[in-house]
Amino acid sequence: MMKAGTRLEKTLRAGQFALTVEVGPPRGPNPEDVLRKAQQLKGVADGYNVTDNQTAVVRMSSIAGARLLLDAGCEPIMQMTCRDRNRIALQSDLLGAWALGMRNCLCLSGDHQKAGASGKLKGHPGSKNVFDVDSIQLISILKGMRDEGVLESGDPISQPTPFFIGAVWTPLAPPEEFRVLRLAKKIEAGADFIQTQAVFDIKRFATAVKAAADRGLTDRAAILVGIIVPKSARMLEYMNANVPGVEVPEALIKRMAAAKDQRQEGYQITVELIQAARNIPGLKGVHLQAIESEEVLPEIIRAAGLLPRPQV
Amino acid sequence: MIIAEWKPLPELVEILKGHTNVLVVGCATCVAECAAGGEREVETLAPLLQMALKQEGRTINVRTSTLERQCEWEFVEELAKVAPQVDAIVSLACGIGIQAVAERFPELAVYPGVNTTALAIRQEPGTWLARCAACGDCVLGETFGFCPVARCAKSLSNGPCGGTRKNGKCEIDENIDCVWYQIYERAKARGKVEQLLKVRKPKNWSNSGHGGPKRVVREDLRP
Ligand code: SF4
Ligand code: SF4
Repeated sequence: MMKAGTRLEKTLRAGQFALTVEVGPPRGPNPEDVLRKAQQLKGVADGYNVTDNQTAVVRMSSIAGARLLLDAGCEPIMQMTCRDRNRIALQSDLLGAWALGMRNCLCLSGDHQKAGASGKLKGHPGSKNVFDVDSIQLISILKGMRDEGVLESGDPISQPTPFFIGAVWTPLAPPEEFRVLRLAKKIEAGADFIQTQAVFDIKRFATAVKAAADRGLTDRAAILVGIIVPKSARMLEYMNANVPGVEVPEALIKRMAAAKDQRQEGYQITVELIQAARNIPGLKGVHLQAIESEEVLPEIIRAAGLLPRPQV
Repeated sequence: MIIAEWKPLPELVEILKGHTNVLVVGCATCVAECAAGGEREVETLAPLLQMALKQEGRTINVRTSTLERQCEWEFVEELAKVAPQVDAIVSLACGIGIQAVAERFPELAVYPGVNTTALAIRQEPGTWLARCAACGDCVLGETFGFCPVARCAKSLSNGPCGGTRKNGKCEIDENIDCVWYQIYERAKARGKVEQLLKVRKPKNWSNSGHGGPKRVVREDLRP
């Protein structure tokens, strides 16, 4: 039985290798910024993640960004974090988002507000966080609202809110043995699909997926591998050293450094990563990100042989 | 214990504008243990304050006193003798002690000399780390003695976020252990990892400050 009937859900149901991309809302109120990205990306993916004040930087809300995408013909995956809202606000926003047409929701704990102060940005490190519930509890709240038509309190809502529920997985962060168990908890709580932290080490990732498959998890939820388009050797080095759970093999960094045109090499690496990931048993799709340069995605997706997207 | 840290001296100098007789009062319990408001700190701060004020051309008579415990009325009462001789009190106790003094001497201006920051323990000499957030719904029995409310930057209930660093530290501070990493390691060492598999429901925060100011009534102890 369909849970929310989204394009992503139908694609996975049909046994097709799914593809989602990420669209960061702008640091400002101009809808054109979202619509421009929608025009660039329309038709190339089965779902478009709209981040929720990612890295604790204030941006257009994920609900508004998601609605703009929807109107432009791109089915959004609205992200929702637990950092800024308690269970009252989260549930209220879920009702509102559903009313506005959102049907995919990805649940995260969210980056700490300290992360917002970086580079030239001051951010809001002095703000108060909420974390009333965590990502797993948010998943179960969505499940309760969808399957039983009740709020976290048990109070009924006038009609259920069928969302296709997503969660994230960082398989290579320590404690590594626990990561698959935490994935199991997310699926137990109600996650239908999983997008992973960026993967560059396909071998290690395949081992983690195998561990998930051995527990039956790849049958219970659809895992999409996260892939970030690398722009330079420096970026790879930076992510390897500083982004928790991101492991970049030395050889890949060297290859990038040796490339004449690092950008082009980055596209090539992305295509190879996607192709390698397709061979991992149990893996159901890819979640592709090109941070602040979404326009490069269609070409990469085409090169990876993932266009046109299946009609479902 | 409750830990606190000195407010910046310029802030205190500013606060004391217009006062001439000031009492700096410490507490020999928690804030002494965390070296913020014990007798030693009181006796250090008083001359510093006097000097800073003097530089601004202000002369203030600064007295000092350190109570055994500023959060108990019996000890606060000891200030009754000196109170009539001052026009302001700077307290180096935690927020509880400061309020006790303010309540007992409503006619006086009572100022905080410290910022109260956490319920913590001394980790090693000169280092203190938060341990409890007084959440009112203690889960230490299920988390192998590590508090995920006070010690996880996101107060997570169901295991580590994706941010644990390679060396097991928290994503937001390389000097602080990821408490969920510690919980997992302890669970593993005790052969009880399955205890962490249960999906823990949203917490009930209402037995802490989130339920309104906490008031505990024990009928058996009431007069
Ligand atoms: S679970 Fe609550 S009561 Fe127990 S140590 Fe942590 S904050 Fe304190
Ligand atoms: S790294 Fe660990 S302690 Fe820090 S926020 Fe994440 S789970 Fe909490």
